[in-house]
This record gives sequence, structure tokens and C-alpha cells, in this order.
Amino acid sequence: MATYKDYMLFDKLPHTWCAGCGDGIILQSIAAVFAEMELDKHDITLVSGIGCFGRVDDYLDINCMHVTHGRALAAATGVALGNPELNVLVTMGDGDGTTIGGNHLIHCARRNIDLTAIIANNYNYGQTGGQYSGTTPTDSITSTSPYGHIEQNFDICKLAEAAGASYVARSTAYNPVQMRKLIRGGMEHKGFALIEVMVACPTHYGRYNRQGEAADMMKLMNEQSVPVEKARTMTEEELEGRIVTGLLVDKDREDYYTKYKKIIDAQNMDK
Amino acid sequence: MSKSVKKFIEGNNAIVDGAIAAGARFYAGYPISPSSEIAEGAAKELPRHGGVYIQMEDEISSMAALLGASLAGKKSFTATSGPGFSLMQENLGLGIMSEIPTVIFDVQRSGPSTGAATKPAQADIMQARYGVHGDHSIIALSPSSVQDCYDLSIVAFNLAEKYRTPVLFMTDEVIGHLRETVTEVEPDPSQIFNRVQPGEDVTQAEFRPYSFSSNMPAPMPAVGGRLLMRTTGSTHDEKGEFGPGPANIDRVTHYLTDKIEKNVDDITITRSYQLEDAEVAFITFGCSVRSTMTAVDILRAKGVKAGMLQLVTIWPMPEKAIRAVLSKVETVVVPEMNLGQLAGEVRKFNDYGCKVIQANRTDGVLITPKQILDRLEEK
Repeated sequence: MATYKDYMLFDKLPHTWCAGCGDGIILQSIAAVFAEMELDKHDITLVSGIGCFGRVDDYLDINCMHVTHGRALAAATGVALGNPELNVLVTMGDGDGTTIGGNHLIHCARRNIDLTAIIANNYNYGQTGGQYSGTTPTDSITSTSPYGHIEQNFDICKLAEAAGASYVARSTAYNPVQMRKLIRGGMEHKGFALIEVMVACPTHYGRYNRQGEAADMMKLMNEQSVPVEKARTMTEEELEGRIVTGLLVDKDREDYYTKYKKIIDAQNMDK
Repeated sequence: MSKSVKKFIEGNNAIVDGAIAAGARFYAGYPISPSSEIAEGAAKELPRHGGVYIQMEDEISSMAALLGASLAGKKSFTATSGPGFSLMQENLGLGIMSEIPTVIFDVQRSGPSTGAATKPAQADIMQARYGVHGDHSIIALSPSSVQDCYDLSIVAFNLAEKYRTPVLFMTDEVIGHLRETVTEVEPDPSQIFNRVQPGEDVTQAEFRPYSFSSNMPAPMPAVGGRLLMRTTGSTHDEKGEFGPGPANIDRVTHYLTDKIEKNVDDITITRSYQLEDAEVAFITFGCSVRSTMTAVDILRAKGVKAGMLQLVTIWPMPEKAIRAVLSKVETVVVPEMNLGQLAGEVRKFNDYGCKVIQANRTDGVLITPKQILDRLEEK
């Protein structure tokens, strides 16, 4: 039986992330899902961008393509269409995946490229010192919103769903069992799958917003969480400030390459 | 005998045929004049060859997708013009640092910004060389005929594969939309260079995707094969792992430059026209070659010993060929459709007291033989 350890590069540990950061929990979940699915590591390609969670490839013993800030999904589109047999996984943070890379996110979802995107959302740019991102909640304090953030934040899952994503899920670093289940579901899903994972950034966001230690932030995250089944019975006011978790969208929709392959086959029928 | 067909087509069409003949099977791009015929041709032809065309949301993502597909084992290409070429610089740098082959066709137009959108220029020459931040080197070709568009496209893919780097194909609106007869000879497999693969006995423990053991790139397996592959835009060690130590940064910087600059003789192509006994020489490239050849003919008819050096490779600069001209003649004229980007490079090599005259046209109309000759007479 394979274990998560078979997919890890232990000589690279300890990892770069701060104490209390949830990125390590996602890293182990990803490797655990590979093991559960008994994947051949040669068939997996991870594409990552720049940011705290973009560093996840440093610790995984699989094919890795580490690209520029925000462009992981675009590069992964090339990988997935270049070799449709691969399991393509894309790891990004909220800045990488939805702020600088927001345009690539919606188009990748719309095209239904067969890959699995995992976005670690910690509400800020951790690697550069805690500046606000496209998911930073309104009114919160960051190093570049010292008087309170005036912008409306993105709901990543709603954005992906509106763009046509065929699999959308959300979990938190507090709940690795659920996280693994949802990541596995995304990897088994044919087409574009997005899993948003809420993680605490105690070094920056938590400190600026007086949310206490990492453990306090994890508890808060758990208190804010509502399973999607229950959320469907709640009003919009009741859901204010809550984190809706679980499998949000799961649709059968033909992926890009399956459709394109039909064109290839039709054009080569008489050859 | 290789199969060959004669066609009467535009330069942009010949580029698609050349790319497919070279083995390209993936195109990602964003439409822009005057390059769109390349996208349209790729969309039509690639699926017929089992390849994939995808129109991305912008040129940033196009460039990223090209690198992804190339890493998955497909020769990839795109076409663009000024504004799109600017957007590609970010991931062009990623391709250079990650050492992932691909080919970018820049059908140059008047700029900066939107400029005179569909009018020709040759003004991206310096951007081709220095548009990417950080020290690096680059390979760039420039065609002067539709025949070149076919033949040199194959050369461009071969260089990209051999040197494991993005290659630029700096054509222009004149050549892109010029229609002339081209003979498309299907290349023999021996004329196609495919990226070097690791030996079958190389183990994962021994495999180094970025071996620095020579001035040439390491073998490059596709992802999904026997060996795990790791590429990164970060300064990396031989394993492709993050390596930000000072010695390693210095090594990578020198390596990326040297693998091209130390192989200039292998990479560069030049052509001579009436140069042997020339007393007046022209040094030029791309569409300006056409007008310059006529200027040479006019001078020859008048008894003036004129000749032309054509730079088919514009980066790295064919320094030896340029020096050979500068050291032999008294006057060199550099015709080009910009304000002197090539002339400045020619002057860098002018240790011979040669008079270097610029002949520039920047109004979006092809430079004429008369304009070139007028500049010579003014001096």
C-alpha cells in the first residue's frame, strides 16, 4: 500500500512555511490523495505559480513545472492539452490564482480543461509581507490597507461556478479529512475541478486583524464553517461571514480535449 | 526524393506550413494584426496533423501554454505583433530560464503601443534582444521572402530544440502579407532536430534536467515519461530545485548566455549579395533586404562596386560577418525600418574607421531603393 510518504521529498523539509500556516496540511493531503488513488507518480504533473502555496512543488516527488506569478493555469492548459493522459494538478494561492491570475481562472473554468486546481486562500499575500489580495475581506487590515480595506472581495467558488467550472468545492485546513475527500473527487472528475482551501496566515493577516495565535485562527475558521447542505437552508443574512464547505458544484460536462479530439478524428477520417 | 510542392501564398501561410513540417503540433495564441493568418492557418491545419490549436485569453497565457505543451512533449508555436510581443516577455523569460523550447513569430508592425496597427516596421529588434528582464541571450531569425518563411521556420524549430530555448522569428508586415511562389520541400527526418533525450540507462538518481556539465543544454524528457521532470523559473540547481546561492545564481546567468553566445558560428546565418569586390556595402535584414538588393543593382549598373550582407540571424549578431565587411569597405549603409537599431549594433563592431550611414524609414511604408541610395549620396 502506498502512503503519502511515497510522493514526498523529505530531504527538503522542514518546509518554508510559517508555524501555524495551513499550507503544510494541504501538502500532506495532496500526497495522501495520490497514495489513496495509487497513482503512478510519473503520470502526475504539478504546475505551480508564485506565492507561499506555490512553493508546494518543492516537497513533492512528481513532475513539477514551477512558473510565473498568476500563470499556473495557463501553463497547465498547455500541459493538459500537450498530453491529455496526464493527471494535472495546479496549486495556487488567492493572489496567484484569483487576483493576478483571475482572468486565466475564469477562462480555464469556461473551457473545462481537464485538471484539478487547488487554491489556498489565506486572504492576503503572505510571501511579500501581508498585502491585500482579491479575496481580502472588506474592512480588514493588511499591510497595504492600514485604514481598513474598502474593496469587495471575490468569492472564489462562486466566481468559478459562474465561469462554468464543472466541479467546485471548499474546505478548510481545520478539516483535512474533508479536504482529502474533495481533492480526490476533483482529481477523479473529468474536466475542470477547483478546490478552495481556507488557510490561516497567523504571521500577517491574523496579526493585523487581532485574530490571535494560529490555533485561535483555526478555531475561528471552524466556527465560521457551515456544511453546504445546511447552508442551503439558511438565508443570505445568516450566511454573512460564514465559510460554506463541501462539494458545491458537480456537473457532467464534456472537457475541452474530449471535444477537440472529435475534431481531430473527423479531420483524419479519410487518411 | 523528398516530396515538394509549389505554392503561391503569403509569408504568413508559409510559416504555418514550415512549422508543421518542422513537427510543431501545438499552437496557443491571441489574434493580432498583421499576424492573424498564422493563427487561422494553425487552427485549420493542426487538427489535420493530430495537433491542437487553442486561442487563449491573452498573449501572457498563450506564452505560458506554449511552454506547458512543450514540456509535455509537443513542439509549440505562436504568432503575434508589437503589443502582444510585449505581453509575451514575462513568460518568454520563463522559457529562457526553464530552458523550454518554443517558437514565437513576431510579425512586426509600427509602434509603440497600438501605433499604426497594420503598417510594417522593423522596430522590435532591441525588444527581441533585451525585452526580457535579467541577463540572458536569445536566438532570432528574420526572413526576407516567402521562401524564407517556410525554410527558416524549420530552422527556428531546430534551433529551439537544439539549444532548449525559445526562438524568435522576427518577420514583418511586408513579408507576412507578401504573396510569392514558394517551393515547400518536405524535410528529410535527418534535417529535423528533436530535443536530446536522456540515455535509456540513466536512472532517476543520476538524471539532471539542468546539468551544467557543458555549454550545451541537458537532455529534456517530456513529463509523463520514465523520468520525473522538474522545471522552474527560479534560479535552480542541476536537479531543477530552487538554488538561490550566489555561486549558483552566477553559474546560471553565465550558462544561459554562454550556451548561445559561445555557439554563434553554429547558430548564425548570413547571405552575401555582390559582396566580393564591393567598395560600398549595405548591411540589412528582413523586408529591407528587398529594396537594398535593387539599390545594389542600380549602383552596379552605374559601375559602382556595391554589395550587401543580409543578416538572416539577427540575434546573436553575426559579428564575424559584420566585422569582415567593416574591415574591407570604406562605407557601410544600414537600411532598416526603425531609427537605427541595427546600425547601433554595427557601430559596436566598427574598429576599422568605416563610415556607417543610417537609412531609416519609420512612416509605415516599405523603404525604397531610392531612399537608400539618397542616403548614400548625401554623404
